[in-house]
Amino acid sequence: MNQSIRSAWLAAVAMFALIFGAISYVQVVGADELNDNPWNQRAVLADYCKDRGAIIVAGKPIAESVAGDETCSFQRKYTQPELYAGITGYFSRTYGASGLEQELRDELAGSSDQLFLDRISQVFLGRQAKGASVELTLDPQIQKLAYDLIPDGQRGSIVVTNPKTGAILAMVSKPSYDPNLIATHDVAKEQASFEQLNKIPGINLNQSVSGPTGALLAPGSVFKLIDTAAALNSGKYNKDSELPNPASLPLPGSSASLPNYAGGNCYTRTTADFAFALEQSCNTPFARIALDLGQEAIADQARKFGFGQDFGDQLKLQSAVSVFPPDLDDAALAQSAVGQRDVKATPLQIAMMTAAIANGGVQMKPNLIKNVRAPDLRVISEPEPEVLRNSTSPAIARQITEWMTGVVSKGIGGGAAVPGVEVAGKTGTAQLGDSGLNNSWFTGFAPANDPQVAVTIVIEGVDVTTGAQLTSPNAKKIFEAVLNK
Amino acid sequence: MIQPDAAPKPRRNVELALLVLALAVGIGASAMVDLNSETPFDNDFWFQSSLLAVAAFAFHIVLRLRAKYADPAILPIVVALNGLGLALIHRMDGPGDDTGNNQLRWTLIAVAVAITVIWFLKDHRILRRFTFISLAASAILLVLPLIPFISAGEVLGARVWIRLGPMTFQPGEIAKITLAVFFAGYLSSNRDLILLAGRKIGPLQFPRFKDMGPMITAWLVSIGVLVFQRDLGSSILFFGLFIVMIYVATSRISWVVIGLGLILGGGFVASRIFPHVGFRLDSWWNAFTPEVYDRFPGGSRQIVQGLFGMADGGLVGTGLGQGRPDLVPFANSDMIIALIGEELGLIGLFAVVLLYLLLFTRGFRAALGTRDAFGKLLACGLSFAIALQCFVVIGGVTRLIPLTGLTTPFLAAGGSSLLANWIIVGLLLMISHTARSPIDTTPMTDTPSEAVKQP
Repeated sequence: MNQSIRSAWLAAVAMFALIFGAISYVQVVGADELNDNPWNQRAVLADYCKDRGAIIVAGKPIAESVAGDETCSFQRKYTQPELYAGITGYFSRTYGASGLEQELRDELAGSSDQLFLDRISQVFLGRQAKGASVELTLDPQIQKLAYDLIPDGQRGSIVVTNPKTGAILAMVSKPSYDPNLIATHDVAKEQASFEQLNKIPGINLNQSVSGPTGALLAPGSVFKLIDTAAALNSGKYNKDSELPNPASLPLPGSSASLPNYAGGNCYTRTTADFAFALEQSCNTPFARIALDLGQEAIADQARKFGFGQDFGDQLKLQSAVSVFPPDLDDAALAQSAVGQRDVKATPLQIAMMTAAIANGGVQMKPNLIKNVRAPDLRVISEPEPEVLRNSTSPAIARQITEWMTGVVSKGIGGGAAVPGVEVAGKTGTAQLGDSGLNNSWFTGFAPANDPQVAVTIVIEGVDVTTGAQLTSPNAKKIFEAVLNK
Repeated sequence: MIQPDAAPKPRRNVELALLVLALAVGIGASAMVDLNSETPFDNDFWFQSSLLAVAAFAFHIVLRLRAKYADPAILPIVVALNGLGLALIHRMDGPGDDTGNNQLRWTLIAVAVAITVIWFLKDHRILRRFTFISLAASAILLVLPLIPFISAGEVLGARVWIRLGPMTFQPGEIAKITLAVFFAGYLSSNRDLILLAGRKIGPLQFPRFKDMGPMITAWLVSIGVLVFQRDLGSSILFFGLFIVMIYVATSRISWVVIGLGLILGGGFVASRIFPHVGFRLDSWWNAFTPEVYDRFPGGSRQIVQGLFGMADGGLVGTGLGQGRPDLVPFANSDMIIALIGEELGLIGLFAVVLLYLLLFTRGFRAALGTRDAFGKLLACGLSFAIALQCFVVIGGVTRLIPLTGLTTPFLAAGGSSLLANWIIVGLLLMISHTARSPIDTTPMTDTPSEAVKQP
């Protein structure tokens, strides 16, 4: 028996050898990687009481460090907190930071490499180190307008961009919250507020992404723009192609069928051209196109518009990756082609898709940062507009733009029309199961021939009528506000 | 067989010296924590430190009286771990939290119970008479948390708690001991039968099917714990305990092969059927995927935050009270290893793991030294249980294996675990006493079966 006791002991020692290895890996070998992980709050928290730089919109701080109490010499303060919470994020002693507070931690805390000389001089001058301030591309009036257009108690997001530069002019979502509640130095209050806020449906402060960059939603018919691009790109279709437009399409290999959109005039024709199919948002022509071109062609086009990809290095916000699922059977492919089933996109992704069409097929990197300034106001970085990827050819983008203007001038997106301006747009209504509720979308840009602004609106979990009222007509208000500036 | 030392020495004075060292570690850690608190060296500190010292010295005196040949390293190791645990739990206490004092209360209860066991049991071999009573006791202990009026309901997804007046208790921790007693009693009586019968397939001799009864029972108990109590950690622990004991009893590697096969098979099916097991695996393998990280409950936030803490600690740690273990959920219980890694660094954590290594090695040494098969099996099983429990916990925290809800012996906050582990220490001390004492005065009931196994 003693021999097997020794073997059992050896087995136990072997387990401990593995433990020693694992500890060494975590604490020494892999430590740098873990320390750099974006979810790691420890670096941010080490700077908790420092004088952080401000986050600025149009010259006014929306987040700044003000004099604190005896436990901490500086206190983070947010002005118009709910309006900008999705962008600034919070900065808390217990929970660390989120949003720009987290992603720009090095700049705001003054520990980025570009601020090295400033740190040295501050040491010699005997001053406390101060962080850089960050000015955003946002337009405060548009941001406020967009925020107020989503009724309180309604979940939804709005993204307004300049399609030519990728600059984000407004990005809002509801429900929002007041980050001041979590930035307080009173730990008990802070924790109580955090738990309280997390109970509100639609708010999860534990999540690393949320709102326009994080919510993964069924895109519904706005996805048809990708089908259209794929169709034209394949060479099998051209602008005059006649598409079959049956009232419903039996789904291959299943007893179910895909009906046409009931809200428009799809039922009036059994065949349709692209213009009509987009104007009335008919489902069956696009499902047929997807079945004809196959999974790979649609997935490839979706990828070129940004599905399954990131948003580049200028956004500085954590974002969720939009999904066009692989390995679909024909029934799933047909439903996915109209933005249902497992296709999921963030509001920002849809905004970027539209921006690419507006910008002649070239997708610009979405950009939130206008400039970063050292404490002495010297500009230390100022991102230039950069191309993210080529989504489609200029000719195809032009063609889709023409059809999108039809959606607004003759089709079901009429609510977005602005007198005297040619507006291009596309609506979407993604059904949420059998609840009768939908995610209601509008995405578009204006003017169609020289796009200055792209607007994407999604209102979650509403009936068709409410959705229609809160999307296209609101887009019109934003177009007018931007173009009249 | 190992022969007793030529001139066996009690070595109680060595133990006393080591005990002073151990108390210095525990109380020193407490002092460092206190220096960083708002009211350094208040009454709580002196109260805690003196009570810990009193408990340790009382235990030492009882050993002098009742088990003077007991292994001199075991008690100091355990006191050091327990003292460090008290300091760390106290360190995590926020304003108004009473976990530290609660842990101290349980430490005193546990030491008292372990002393009682040593005082009245006198000899571990008496336990052999309770083989089947232990089995019944295990069954009752494991079923208790499922009975409506006694059960404390589902806590964090597992049903392992019962309500005892104002307190809650995890009977499964005690079941670890009663199961070990049962296995040791059953296997020491039946090992010849299990050994001799069997069929040879290839290089391995497989047991007869009817001799597999106990193993199937152990497997079913483990599966039952997993299914009804949703406690993956205990399930692994019980089954591992059994495999080692039957392997030691028979020296047949085939048991280990069958056992591992059953574990992998059961684990695979469980991960497919039960979401809580599937989540555990997913949180381990895909810990750094956003969906898994953000999932609640059952996400990987806890383990990932623990890793961040350990990485931040690096080689030498941030220093006690200087890190941010409050970012890690359950830093004073399930994740206390991450807390040690963060604040005491790789060096401190290595020291703690080495203490565990020494502890179970001393247990195995007692198993080698004692002359009765029952004692050998019991010491072996209990020592291996400590090692396996450490492996499962520390491996889980470092993401070597999936994280399961087991406590870190002597360190983690939790009364039931503390009590069970102190009783285990009491038993190991008694077995080591018989192993190291010069003449064995008790008639040995196991002599015939030992003779069979003489190499």
